Amino acid sequence: MNLNVTAIVLQTALLLLLAPLLSGCIRNWKAKLQNRRGPRIWQPYLDWIKFLRKDMVISEHASWVFSFAPYVVLLTALMAGLLVPTIIDQAPLSLFGGVLALVGLLALGRFFLALGGLDPGSAFGGMGSSREMTIAAIAEPAMMLAIFTVAITAGSTDLSHMVQVTPGATWSLLNPTHVMAFAALFIVLLAETGRLPVDNPATHLELTMIHEAMLLEYSGRYLAFMEWGASIKQLVLMTLLVNVFFPLGIATSASPAALGLSLLAYLAKLLALCGVVVLIETTNAKLRLFRVPDLLSAAFVLATLALLSTFLFQ
Amino acid sequence: MTNALMHDLSITLLDFCLIIYATGAVASLLFLRHEKTATVVSFGCSSVAALCGLIACALALGSGTAASNQSFELFRSLVPYVQFTVRLDPLGAFFGMIVSLLGLALSIYSFGYARGFFGRKNVAVLGAFFNLLLLAITLVFLAANAFFFLMVWEIMALSAYCLVSFEHEKEETRQAGVLFFVMSHIGTGCILLGFLLLFQASGGYGFDLFHGIGAHLSPGQRDAAFLLFLAGFGVKAGIVPLHIWLPAAHPVAPSNVSALMSGVLIKTGIYGMTRVFFDFLGTPPGWWGVTVLSIGTVSAVLGVLYALMEHDLKRLLAYHSIENIGIILMGLGAALMFLHSGHPALASLALIAGLYHTINHAVFKGLLFLGAGAVLHSTHTRDMEEMGGLARNMRWTALFFLVGAVAISALPPLNGFVSEWLTYQSLLQGFGATPSLVRLMFPLSGAMLALTGALAAACFVKAFGITFLAQPRSDHARKAHEAPVTMLLGQGILTAACVFLGLFPTSFLKLLDPVTQQLLGQELSGQLSLANGLVLTGATAHGGTVSTLGITLMLVCLLPVPGVLWLVFARRSKTRIGPTWDCGLRGLTPQMEYTATGFSKPIRMIFKTLFRPRREVQREYDFSPYFATTIRFESHVEEVFQTRIYRPLNRLVLRISRRLRALQAGSIQAYLIYIFITLLLLLIFAL
Repeated sequence: MNLNVTAIVLQTALLLLLAPLLSGCIRNWKAKLQNRRGPRIWQPYLDWIKFLRKDMVISEHASWVFSFAPYVVLLTALMAGLLVPTIIDQAPLSLFGGVLALVGLLALGRFFLALGGLDPGSAFGGMGSSREMTIAAIAEPAMMLAIFTVAITAGSTDLSHMVQVTPGATWSLLNPTHVMAFAALFIVLLAETGRLPVDNPATHLELTMIHEAMLLEYSGRYLAFMEWGASIKQLVLMTLLVNVFFPLGIATSASPAALGLSLLAYLAKLLALCGVVVLIETTNAKLRLFRVPDLLSAAFVLATLALLSTFLFQ
Repeated sequence: MTNALMHDLSITLLDFCLIIYATGAVASLLFLRHEKTATVVSFGCSSVAALCGLIACALALGSGTAASNQSFELFRSLVPYVQFTVRLDPLGAFFGMIVSLLGLALSIYSFGYARGFFGRKNVAVLGAFFNLLLLAITLVFLAANAFFFLMVWEIMALSAYCLVSFEHEKEETRQAGVLFFVMSHIGTGCILLGFLLLFQASGGYGFDLFHGIGAHLSPGQRDAAFLLFLAGFGVKAGIVPLHIWLPAAHPVAPSNVSALMSGVLIKTGIYGMTRVFFDFLGTPPGWWGVTVLSIGTVSAVLGVLYALMEHDLKRLLAYHSIENIGIILMGLGAALMFLHSGHPALASLALIAGLYHTINHAVFKGLLFLGAGAVLHSTHTRDMEEMGGLARNMRWTALFFLVGAVAISALPPLNGFVSEWLTYQSLLQGFGATPSLVRLMFPLSGAMLALTGALAAACFVKAFGITFLAQPRSDHARKAHEAPVTMLLGQGILTAACVFLGLFPTSFLKLLDPVTQQLLGQELSGQLSLANGLVLTGATAHGGTVSTLGITLMLVCLLPVPGVLWLVFARRSKTRIGPTWDCGLRGLTPQMEYTATGFSKPIRMIFKTLFRPRREVQREYDFSPYFATTIRFESHVEEVFQTRIYRPLNRLVLRISRRLRALQAGSIQAYLIYIFITLLLLLIFAL
């Protein structure tokens, strides 16, 4: 077993540094589309550094779980990111787990996030935890089924392997299996990262909030860890989408030129996906909580159709 | 050590194990009036016996001698056909290991737990039946003769009944006991009929005669045997829709017994199915696997959905047993399907997934029930709505319960994740290995497994969060105290087992080699481990890999990231303890916290076609409904199986028996006529 330490360090740095940029871009572009000036795209970096410097207030009712949760959220998101190929078609820690481990790690982070929401004993936190776990539960089958469809076509749950076979002969951009699985996973992405039709990331102190409600009692560096973790999770899921479905331009060797080109392609793909998210966020209103299952069952149906189509088109 | 020596050692230890259990059962009764002595004697005996059993089974599996072990007679029988033969074969040894491991942890736990009954109940009786139940379960796994098997099966059911009804002064307990008793005997009836079918073909009751007997049965008989055994063992395992006894009986038993029942007793059903389907009935037709896989999927999803609706901590855990039995059956069902389509290696993978989940479930469910027992011991309530904040006073119990909760929610890096990962892998490979549309079963079951896992996570956020976090919701919870050392030690053993089974699956899987070799002629552990055993694979070239150990180590290696952030930016920041933000009101009270019922409300609403929730609110107010003086709130969830299946069935049976009562008129003449008619019919039949 040879672990490439350089690759691990570089990918960790990439995840840490790129995640706030994406969050910033989405926020800025959304404001532009709504005729507002909006925060600069660097704002999340500044916000989180500010949070890190601030003093913390911890609830008197909270136990050690409250302080443990931010670390779990941040580290599981990073670890999940190390399982996905970003700019080279071999993820640094592919051997340690494929897509099932990735989903598991994100679920572990969510588990502790929800416990952290319940711990201070505020009703907001409990509400957020309850909703987060519910939405995650109904998003999970659609996500897994879409992933299975890809895994079955690629013959593996290993993400690096999936990315490597994708440009092969059996894959084409307009393959119906491909398109429907992508659509299903995209809907799941919106739900998992708390994006608009499901949760509004811009609300604070509203009865409709989900993710924000769990973070309400966090402050200082714990809040920074939590938000950074959530942002990395969003980056990881987006990477999963763009690299598994469109591995165009991904480097197959570690030469600097190839990596540079690949980085550009990777950024372009991510920003394009962000653009789609922004469009959806500006053109859609938030769904009522009990309408969200309809959206996610649509994703499930799409994933089932994708699966059926692998059977039909073989 | 040579193999012969290992063999002798394991058999001797096994004898010791059985003898000490029996001694414990009898000796405990000798101290009916001395609670403390009875506790020490009975649980001391069961600890030692379980330890012997654990070593014996692990030796037999580890050294590979189990495969060549012959059956031997435990004691001589005076009646023909009835032979008390036992055999420590690989499958029996694997399950024996589970019962012994759990028995050890539970016995140590019981030293402290039994103290809660002092002065109230007779602990000697509890100890005696506890030993008897452990003895019976161990013998169920070892029996090598259908007669003896049924005998110990009944002893097991009866001693479990006595333990369930231990606190018989409560109405709820008595009802649950009777329900358990009735369901258990329906199951035994089916198993008895099944064995009779096998007996017809083999002419004997020895399990060695039954091996591969399916080939000598007609297809109709074979299918009948399959259905009878599925129903019979299914009742014990608690598959939907035969599960109704489980959530009634497990919570009312003393917690150490609940742990034993949920951890091991229901696994006797899984053992029976594995033994019969893979050892006796031969290559299955396609629909067997499909049936078992579907039952597994339905049980898993319904089990966890009903668990979410519970706010009784122990009932919640009981429903999770149904879910996990479902997951185990998914593995077994997939294995049967692979066996049908001629892929023994894949069948072994699926069987390993199922069996691995069997031991995992025993370990984490045992752990969680022990945690629930410690909470019950300290707060005297099972109702989660009255708990809260226990993490403060019960630090260790909270930690152990959290480990169990993460494990049962199938989150990495603990053991639940590993066995579900194996299940996913076998389901995914099933798609390619199966012709026809049946293959769609695999990914769809996989999706349902994902739903189950995520709902289980939601349920355990609720179970842990409402019980152990935030403010105490009642006086009991405020005054909670940590459990005694022995109780913590029992939980500690199982926590360690969860971590070991999670982080080192490849070392453990070697113990399953003799089992798959015996049942399917395959040894997979070599193919399943890569990179010096640090990485688990899905047994094919690119199937997928996972390393829970690697993930854990890497998570630790990533700790410098928050460390550096702290060092660079946050070194001078201070931490202050303050009140939770209360929207400007005058302080938060425990009543304002989210409740267990509230937590699961979104799920109740989403699945309302299943739950049919009903709620009644009555307000009394003086001038405006918004300022109620008293308020009464009731919320119910319909248990579909009780109201739609069992109650109509119950009514039907009662109606038929009322009709039949006319036969029993009480007049001698009528009875003579019945006898005469019966005789005539029999004579005609004989001709």
